[in-house]
Amino acid sequence: MALTIVSQIFPREMIPAVLPLIEDKLQHSKEIIRRKAVLALYKFHLIAPNQVQHIHVKFRKALCDRDVGVMAASLHIYFRMIKENSSGYKDLTGSFVTILKQVVGGKLPVDFNYHSVPAPWLQIQLLRILGLLGKDDQRTSELMYDVLDESLRRAELNHNVTYAILFECVHTVYSIYPKSELLEKAAKCIGKFVLSPKINLKYLGLKALTYVIQQDPTLALQHQMTIIECLDHPDPIIKRETLELLYRITNTQNVTVIVQKMLDYLHQSKEEYIIVNLVGKIAELAEKYAPDNAWFIQTMNAVFSVGGDVIHPDIPNNFLRLLAEGFDDEAEDQQLRLYAVQSYLTLLDVENVFYPQRFLQVMSWVLGEYSYLLDKEMTEEVITKLYRLLMSDSISSETKAWLIAAVTKLTPQAHSSNIVEKLIQEFTVSLDTCMRQHAFELKHLHENMELMKSLLPVDKSCEDMMVDASLSFLDGFVAEGLSQGAAPYKPHHQRQEEKLSQEKGLNFEPYGLSFSSSGFTGRQSPAGISLGSDVSGNSADTGLKETSSLKLEGIKKLWGKEGYLPKKENKTGDETEAPVPQETTIMENVDQAVTKKDQSQVLTQTKEEKEKQLLASSLFVGLGSESSVNLLGKADTVSHKFRRKSKVKESKSEETTSGYNVTCSSFSSLPNVAYEEDYLNTLQDRGDKELKKFSLSSELLDPESLTELPLVEKLSNCSLSTPSLFADNNMEIFHPSPCTTVSFAKEISLASSLLDETAESLNSDCMEICDNETISVSSHKIYKDDCLLVVWLVTNKSSTELKSANLEIFPTENFKITEQPECCLSITEAENTKIFQYSVQMEKPFMQGNLCGFVNYQTVDTLSAQLEFSVNLSLLDFIRPLKISTEDFGKLWLTFANDVKQNVKMSDSQAALPSTLETLEQKLRLHVVDIIGNEGLLACQLLPSTPCLVHCRVYADILALWFRSSCSTLPDYLLYQCQKVIEGS
Amino acid sequence: MIKFFLMVNKQGQTRLSKYYEHVEINKRTLLETEVIKSCLSRSNEQCSFIEYKDFKLIYRQYAALFIVVGVNDTENEMAIYEFIHNFVEVLDEYFSRVVSLFNIMFNLDKVHIILDEMVLNGCIVETNRTRILAPLLILDKMSES
Repeated sequence: MALTIVSQIFPREMIPAVLPLIEDKLQHSKEIIRRKAVLALYKFHLIAPNQVQHIHVKFRKALCDRDVGVMAASLHIYFRMIKENSSGYKDLTGSFVTILKQVVGGKLPVDFNYHSVPAPWLQIQLLRILGLLGKDDQRTSELMYDVLDESLRRAELNHNVTYAILFECVHTVYSIYPKSELLEKAAKCIGKFVLSPKINLKYLGLKALTYVIQQDPTLALQHQMTIIECLDHPDPIIKRETLELLYRITNTQNVTVIVQKMLDYLHQSKEEYIIVNLVGKIAELAEKYAPDNAWFIQTMNAVFSVGGDVIHPDIPNNFLRLLAEGFDDEAEDQQLRLYAVQSYLTLLDVENVFYPQRFLQVMSWVLGEYSYLLDKEMTEEVITKLYRLLMSDSISSETKAWLIAAVTKLTPQAHSSNIVEKLIQEFTVSLDTCMRQHAFELKHLHENMELMKSLLPVDKSCEDMMVDASLSFLDGFVAEGLSQGAAPYKPHHQRQEEKLSQEKGLNFEPYGLSFSSSGFTGRQSPAGISLGSDVSGNSADTGLKETSSLKLEGIKKLWGKEGYLPKKENKTGDETEAPVPQETTIMENVDQAVTKKDQSQVLTQTKEEKEKQLLASSLFVGLGSESSVNLLGKADTVSHKFRRKSKVKESKSEETTSGYNVTCSSFSSLPNVAYEEDYLNTLQDRGDKELKKFSLSSELLDPESLTELPLVEKLSNCSLSTPSLFADNNMEIFHPSPCTTVSFAKEISLASSLLDETAESLNSDCMEICDNETISVSSHKIYKDDCLLVVWLVTNKSSTELKSANLEIFPTENFKITEQPECCLSITEAENTKIFQYSVQMEKPFMQGNLCGFVNYQTVDTLSAQLEFSVNLSLLDFIRPLKISTEDFGKLWLTFANDVKQNVKMSDSQAALPSTLETLEQKLRLHVVDIIGNEGLLACQLLPSTPCLVHCRVYADILALWFRSSCSTLPDYLLYQCQKVIEGS
Repeated sequence: MIKFFLMVNKQGQTRLSKYYEHVEINKRTLLETEVIKSCLSRSNEQCSFIEYKDFKLIYRQYAALFIVVGVNDTENEMAIYEFIHNFVEVLDEYFSRVVSLFNIMFNLDKVHIILDEMVLNGCIVETNRTRILAPLLILDKMSES
């Protein structure tokens, strides 16, 4: 008796005291006491599983007890333990199977029989355990196939309890690893259940079907007639179960019918719980399988109106989100929204119908957001309707808030707004403070239409509100405060520390004074994000230095950690802030323009010095390094800007050099050779850096004098290679390469004529893109700072004159093409070349694009002909370095919202960060802003002015790239290019 | 798992109730009346299982006596249905084939003992008739002597 009490009411705290006693009782001679002891332990296990962990061995003993009752009692414990962790008890499967076999085989004492069925509940319990054990486990399942088969066969007696066992059997068969024979038998059983005239069995069959159908939908087909019958069954419970079954087999084809059935049922039922449940299911199905817009909206309308206010709040939320975010197809979305708006308007037209509050809320939101899809005049009407709703008494204040929000959204679109004014009047005196606030908001917005329009843009509902978490707009204020001597914001913990140190002894240092004002700045960024103020602190660097040496540390760290690794939510705020980066890039452009001016200045300078240089060429021999240094000294100021350009230029000049060599060898005289040798010697003395300068100066020289040309070209040729190759270079110069074709000769002259422009900016190889017997077209990309100049060279190969040749480019949506004015030669003489220049700009970022066009030409014998061609332009053609300082980088970084991160594996050879960055700089024309430890900063811009910032960090051989830009797609493209470069090299 | 066990007369008065999960006292009466109402409203042709809120009711009628068991989703309805019958058979045997409200009303303690033997913590723990009645018979013997 005491044990029974123990297993019924027992406080957890007493378990340790009683446990030994109960453990003793497990060995008791009487089976009833053993059984009670096990049950008491089961209770302990229920309330405090960890306290009986050590007696698991005893449970096993109980399972093997010679008495059936004790064994049955222990099954409860096992059922629970296996449910929690089935893998730990797989070894017991054999025992359970044996027990079940004995039970099924009738080995138990007769008094366990219930209506001549041996211990039915024990069987059910065992079957459940087996089902849990065999789930997704083939090996364990194989052990039980036999016994399940046996159970199915034995349980053929026509009694309720055998059906219960059968049901459990079916359940188990479908839970465990499937075996086709058993499944077949189980399916037959289900058929028997479903077809049975007994209502309880029918219910059971439907339940089993519902379960089984998840694994094997075809089974439903066999019983579809029965299911249809059940649908019209007078018993609502059966109906519900059938609906549950249908819910599982819903797909796009049958959704309309099933949802209709569900709605029918919904209309009849009154019980809240069922409504909530069913409405949820309908909404889910409608969202998942809706065949068309009209149906979807109507179903949802039905759901909202029937479901009323008891429906789960997720349903309207999901519905609205679906409307706002839409699907992939924009047109489809618009249609859906339009349909929704229209259907709501018709619903609102009906007089004297009360809709649930939730439904009204949904309506008001949709009308507020998407009424613009209707005609302009309709907006008035919508507002009128909303107003009428607002005035009615049956509406809760929450719904009223929704309604007024909708009106607010609509006001900027409406022409005149008497109603709005009336509404404002009425609600500004409303007793409800919430309503009053809304009304006042509306009133003020109404007075300032412009603000209103910017604040409530049309169809922007799903665009994220961006919150400037960094509070960067306060930067100016903070900086001001700082310059006036206020202390920078200190994080809480730091203040705490300082406070502690202050308590220890009097602090006479000046920051003690300003400490009080740190609270003042602290208040500016209450969120505890010191980021904003820290960034500004960077600009107000000097002010900070005064405060304390302790803070200085913080500043240095700031760039590396805080400012530089900003939090993700650190998105820029309003659209009004967007122009800021643009401005800076404009500034950047101005900068570049200035450098261009510098460039041309230097060019003119060199023109003045042209004669001097001619003289200098002789000086070169004697004075060698000194004079050249002088000469280069002037170029030096610009040289670092040109460095990269000249490098790319090199590749071009390399090509042409071979051509020049032909002329060179004819021109060059013996003293010239002497020059060169000396020259090379001096070159060898200098480092790489100066080599570049040389090549630069040679470029500056080359437009001027053709006589200089060979020398210059040799120079650049030399500068291309490392000193060790110089000997070979020498050889090359004197042994012209064999590729001396006519076209090359032409291109030389051509190139020289082009050099004026190309000297300013770098350009790509000349590429022959198409030709026929009379003309050939080659293209040439010139990377100007502000645009991409594509030059087409149309060469007349024939010996006759071309009367006219026109080049036209097909317009494409990706590019903006403008023709440069100076390219209108009307007559192309024999074997001459005509130049067409187009400046190309990208309209929106993309990976690669084709520029197609054709040449229209007329030969002397008035034969008009056409030649088509196309040029491939990649994103890289439009990327220009963005020269900014580290500070500017930090500021810009914070203003960009779109970011992309990716880790790229580097090969060992380029594991060093600087070299990697250099590769990127060369190949992608990025600008290396700074290198801090294992982090590097790069910046570039997509023409005309879309900046993109890159942050890279090296971990072992992984390069973590992090792109940020104001344009959403640019980072992705750039990332792709970077990956290509890094993995390719 | 069994949530509660109710014995109700046809007039809707609760004769015996036992909960295996904590339910507040004042909520019990509310729940009982609702459960009974839904059971009494059903006819013989309708099925003996009702879905009520998030659990299922299984009921069986014996003359004027309704026995209603509330279970959760995982339980086998038919097994419970038969279990009710088993319970009634046990009562039958103990009260010498006179199952009536009268017996139950005046021997409520014994009915409770029987039920406790059969159901523990919401699980069916004993279905063997002789074993269920064994402790009760011992008690009877003790009180006689």
